[in-house]
Amino acid sequence: MAQVTLNSVRKVYPNGVEAVTSSSFKIEDGEFVVLVGPSGCGKSTLLRMIAGLEDITEGTLEIGDRVVNNVDPADRDIAMVFQNYALYPHMTVRKNIAYGLKNRKTPADEIERKVAEAAKMLNLEEYLERKPSQLSGGQRQRVAMGRAIVRDPALFLFDEPLSNLDAKLRNQMRIEIKALQRRLGVTSIYVTHDQVEAMTMADRIIVLNGGRIEQIGTPSEIYHNPASVFVASFMGAPPMNLIDATITGGQVTLADGVAMGALQTSAQGAVKLGIRPEDVQLVSEGGVSINVELIEELGAHRLLHGKLGGQPFTIHVLKDIPVDPGAHQISVDPAAICLFDAASGMRL
Amino acid sequence: MADQTHVQTPRRSINWGAIGDHTVLILGSLFMLVPLIMVVLTTTVPDVDIIKYGPQLKIGDQFDDNFEKAMFEASGFSGANTGMRMLFNSFVLGIGFALGKILIAMMAAYAIVYFRLRFATLAFWVIFTTLLLPLEVRILPSYEVVQQLGMLNTYQGLIIPLIASATATFFFRQFFRSVPEELVEAARIDGAGPVKFFIDILVPLSKTMIAAMFIIMFVFGWNQYLWPTMITTEEDMYTLVRGIKQITQTLEGTNVPEFGRANLLAVIAILPPVAVVIFFQSWFVKGLTESDK
Repeated sequence: MAQVTLNSVRKVYPNGVEAVTSSSFKIEDGEFVVLVGPSGCGKSTLLRMIAGLEDITEGTLEIGDRVVNNVDPADRDIAMVFQNYALYPHMTVRKNIAYGLKNRKTPADEIERKVAEAAKMLNLEEYLERKPSQLSGGQRQRVAMGRAIVRDPALFLFDEPLSNLDAKLRNQMRIEIKALQRRLGVTSIYVTHDQVEAMTMADRIIVLNGGRIEQIGTPSEIYHNPASVFVASFMGAPPMNLIDATITGGQVTLADGVAMGALQTSAQGAVKLGIRPEDVQLVSEGGVSINVELIEELGAHRLLHGKLGGQPFTIHVLKDIPVDPGAHQISVDPAAICLFDAASGMRL
Repeated sequence: MADQTHVQTPRRSINWGAIGDHTVLILGSLFMLVPLIMVVLTTTVPDVDIIKYGPQLKIGDQFDDNFEKAMFEASGFSGANTGMRMLFNSFVLGIGFALGKILIAMMAAYAIVYFRLRFATLAFWVIFTTLLLPLEVRILPSYEVVQQLGMLNTYQGLIIPLIASATATFFFRQFFRSVPEELVEAARIDGAGPVKFFIDILVPLSKTMIAAMFIIMFVFGWNQYLWPTMITTEEDMYTLVRGIKQITQTLEGTNVPEFGRANLLAVIAILPPVAVVIFFQSWFVKGLTESDK
């Protein structure tokens, strides 16, 4: 087990594209960190640099107390689970799991024991003699996990491991992976573009955008205190409402002149208001009026889509509150409003 | 009017199209098969009949005799080129040729695809353009080299100069390029170096490709005529394909040519390539249907 430290790590491809700008962070021993961001944000590149599959252009990477910039992936004491599982198609499940150990000259009886242990942990015992092509997607995923855990590495790396599974299986595997990581206590870095995976699995989330780290924080911090408009809109489904407004002397006015009331802030001028859909209450009178155009029924709750001050706005209401389309009054807890600079998109 | 329509039971019409198709197919297969059958049957008739009446389509009683002569009786001067000896030589050439080509081509393709070599693409195209230089074009220099190296009348001399194959390199290159990148990375993390990856992962993955190449290359090697004729002068190095000619050639003159014996050798020369194709075909099909990657 080990902590991972990145010091100003940067990646520039030979064609001059800067995939990852200078990034520094530290992952504590035993921590489960999720790198999340839209495709092309550099999250996979970052993971592959940690794995040693990509060269680091600048900066240093430490796993444990050792700088591993020039260490071969095989010698970094890591295990990786790939998006398409990358199982060896001609080997049985047993051989797939044992291959890494065999290459490290582990004694045969120890391999046998470790494979049996991993297979038991992952419910793969009856599939050990099968080939990957005879397994379902979820089982293949487990074999890939097995291959990682038998090695007993200092660090697990996951590269979008659930993206090829159907939604139901994904939820199930999400829980299994998380539980497994808890049990083994191995430091893990998990890459995904799915913010739900990030929120549910991570101890800490690193949000990336355009090769740059937007924010590092616990799921709750990221959700409630997004550092930028990007994080606010990326994390959470439905995303945070972002509406243009002007603040003059603490009074908030929306773009088309609708007054939103007062805020305790020193900010002045053009801002973006960030309001989570669930922080909005429907009130019978005295609120801001909104025209609900569409209702999404989601069972446990409903999403009301409408326009507030001419800008799209979503409200989250629980299932036992009856709502019809049309004009409604809403109120927002001022403490739940995030203010972003209109120009830079950064939190004020 | 409408209720007067009655359904006429359709008479089975003769499908002239199908008959035409089959006629063409049957005629075509006869065209291919009759000479072959004639060769087989000729091995059973006395040589005198053949010289009197030409190739026969009847079954005679000379098969055992001809088989004995063809396989175990030596022709030529030294008495070393029995059918068995030639069969053995042909196998050495065919198998050595096929395995050698596969090995060299796989290693070349491996280097080109997996290593960041300078000018790897250029190297590949240089290899590929050697397709334009078949043996016949370079036969004099090739002979000279083999002769200088003292490899005349040796198996090495027969096999090695023919072993580099642009075709096989091309096929393996295409195949390796289709192997997912993640597999390479997984193997790297699993601690497999280049040699281990090649032997543990790439070779087993390529086995259907290897089988396909083996079919093509074995038959190609087996049927070599020009090169063995150049390189082998000792009779104990003769291959079947060139030995057959030897028999009909040396026995001209006043003797009755040994047609039965020569044809029997021809039949024997046909069998191994056929067997290889039949045997590896099932692998080939398996590899195509069972997506293993």
